[in-house]
Amino acid sequence: MQFFLEVLLGGLLSGVMYALVALGYVLIFKASGVFNYAQGAMVFFAALTCVGFSEMGMSLWLAAPLTMLVMVALALATERIVLRPLVNQNEITLFMATIGLTFFIEGLAQLVWGSQVHPLELGIEDVPLQWMLDRTGIAVSQFDLIAALICAILVAALAVLFSKTKIGRALRAVADDHQAAQAVGIPLQYIWAVVWTVAGFVALVAGLLWGSRNGVQFALTFVALKALPVLILGGFTSVPGAIVGGLIIGASEKLAEVYLGPMVGGGIEGWFPYVLALGFLLVRPEGLFGEKIIRRV
Amino acid sequence: MFYREAGQFKTSYDADSQIFPIRQDRIGVALMLAVAFVVVPLVATPYVFSAILIPFLIFALAALGLNILTGYAGQISLGTAAFMAVGAFASYNFVLRIPGIPLLVAFVLGGLCAAAVGILFGLPSLRIRGFYLAASTLATQFFVVWCLTKIPWLTNNSSSGVITAQKLEMFGYAFESPASKYLLVLCIVLVLALAAKNMVRCSIGRSWMAIRDMDVAAEVIGFRPMRTKLTAFAISSFYCGVAGALYAYAYLGTVEPEAYNLDLSFRILFMVMIGGMGSILGSFLGAAFIILLPIFLSQFAHGFGLPNSIASNLEAMVFGALIIFFLIVEPHGLARLWQIGKEKLRLWPFPH
Repeated sequence: MQFFLEVLLGGLLSGVMYALVALGYVLIFKASGVFNYAQGAMVFFAALTCVGFSEMGMSLWLAAPLTMLVMVALALATERIVLRPLVNQNEITLFMATIGLTFFIEGLAQLVWGSQVHPLELGIEDVPLQWMLDRTGIAVSQFDLIAALICAILVAALAVLFSKTKIGRALRAVADDHQAAQAVGIPLQYIWAVVWTVAGFVALVAGLLWGSRNGVQFALTFVALKALPVLILGGFTSVPGAIVGGLIIGASEKLAEVYLGPMVGGGIEGWFPYVLALGFLLVRPEGLFGEKIIRRV
Repeated sequence: MFYREAGQFKTSYDADSQIFPIRQDRIGVALMLAVAFVVVPLVATPYVFSAILIPFLIFALAALGLNILTGYAGQISLGTAAFMAVGAFASYNFVLRIPGIPLLVAFVLGGLCAAAVGILFGLPSLRIRGFYLAASTLATQFFVVWCLTKIPWLTNNSSSGVITAQKLEMFGYAFESPASKYLLVLCIVLVLALAAKNMVRCSIGRSWMAIRDMDVAAEVIGFRPMRTKLTAFAISSFYCGVAGALYAYAYLGTVEPEAYNLDLSFRILFMVMIGGMGSILGSFLGAAFIILLPIFLSQFAHGFGLPNSIASNLEAMVFGALIIFFLIVEPHGLARLWQIGKEKLRLWPFPH
């Protein structure tokens, strides 16, 4: 039982990390209908840039805002160069464009900062919480808890941003209907730049957390693939969906690996989340919290 | 001036419904075939065969398969490489376990296995649409590759999952030289491309396109979505499976399951997008573009004497940028450019 709880908790906490990456997708999809495959590359790029700055002798507190500036520049450039000329193209064209963007960002990141593995130290130790270990005998990493906390704060902030502020209202309007939003005077380009910037910020946070966990390396881009089942499970358009989906995927993935894995030879972490999400989709084709898809002829 | 159908009258239904109704097209195609079958084998070097022409044909076949599914039937798939893997490993096992089976039969059986897997993983398409479907086809990708690495029987108990494709032998003739392999692949690709061209012109192709354009409407006017979508998945996977088998037998020789990874799926999707969705010709143009681009880029980088690490990253950047550029300039792909060119040619040199 103790072991089960430990696996479950570990899974839930790593699920939070997946959710962090999935959030970036949700933001962009919600506001512009673009399925941004480059989010994983953005996570990698942000982490690498931040590490690069700090290796040049800056403290992390200086490097992170500087990286944020770079991400803003990236967001503006993406909006101007990639998205604006592709307005009104169908979804798959935009999706392919973001795959092209992925290649570009990955190449750029490694060209500037080199392709070796960089260690990243955030000052949070990855050790089990002592008091928890003493009382219940369950090992929970301090790092994971703090990551979960950061994620919770981020989600709360995003929820407020989306529901309470003027920009949030504009974002939702654009998500609903581009043309109508434009007709009532919402500047589409500005909104897109804002969304990509926020997504860049989320990518930076995710990149720092993932990077300090596994080292900043090219494998960070694969985190994106972990976020996809979270996304389809939670629904492409729902911020809470990303969190709940992340928790479900994280927990079930770890449990499946520990309990089912040995029966079939292990390594099922790669596909199990997808199959799970697929099963969910068969019951609810728009994900758990996605907007109901109404189709008319 | 030369490309004009004036004066070419059709006097029978057969003549009216032929694949290339314009005489100039027929001459052009005949010329192309003559070049492909006669001139190319005479002039090409072994390097050109094995590094450019053979992969080009194989990828064109895979792109054709994906184009049937994505371009004609409108179902986005990111699992193309998985279907190719099924085709390759199934063919390998058929040749291995059934002594004396003709290789061509093994390829077809491999394709059929891929089709079966395609139907299985196509089932969710009946409920799920769009990006949800695209993301769930990734399940195919990861699951199939995992199966191939974890089940030793499939790879004949080779420790690392690497298989060595058997000798390419048909009708008592061993296809060993690059030129002969090229001709073999060319024949197979031609037959399948012709079949695809005809398929998309007849009722089954029409039903795919109806489902693609608006599946609810198509259902209302009497197309069965289940049958239509699943045939699209099956036939597309069959093409991908045969392409995968050729990839193993005629191109790589030794393959591991990881050769059919997500990257390959994306590359084939790029071919379809760049070439033109819903176009047979587009699959070939797209494949040529995606095959040739990295070769040009690396030649270019070497020309400047850049070190390898910088060159490979620059290549990735230029590749990505060019993809975006092409999507912006011509979202309907190279096939559309070709069509525009043909229209222009009809009026040339008197456009008014």
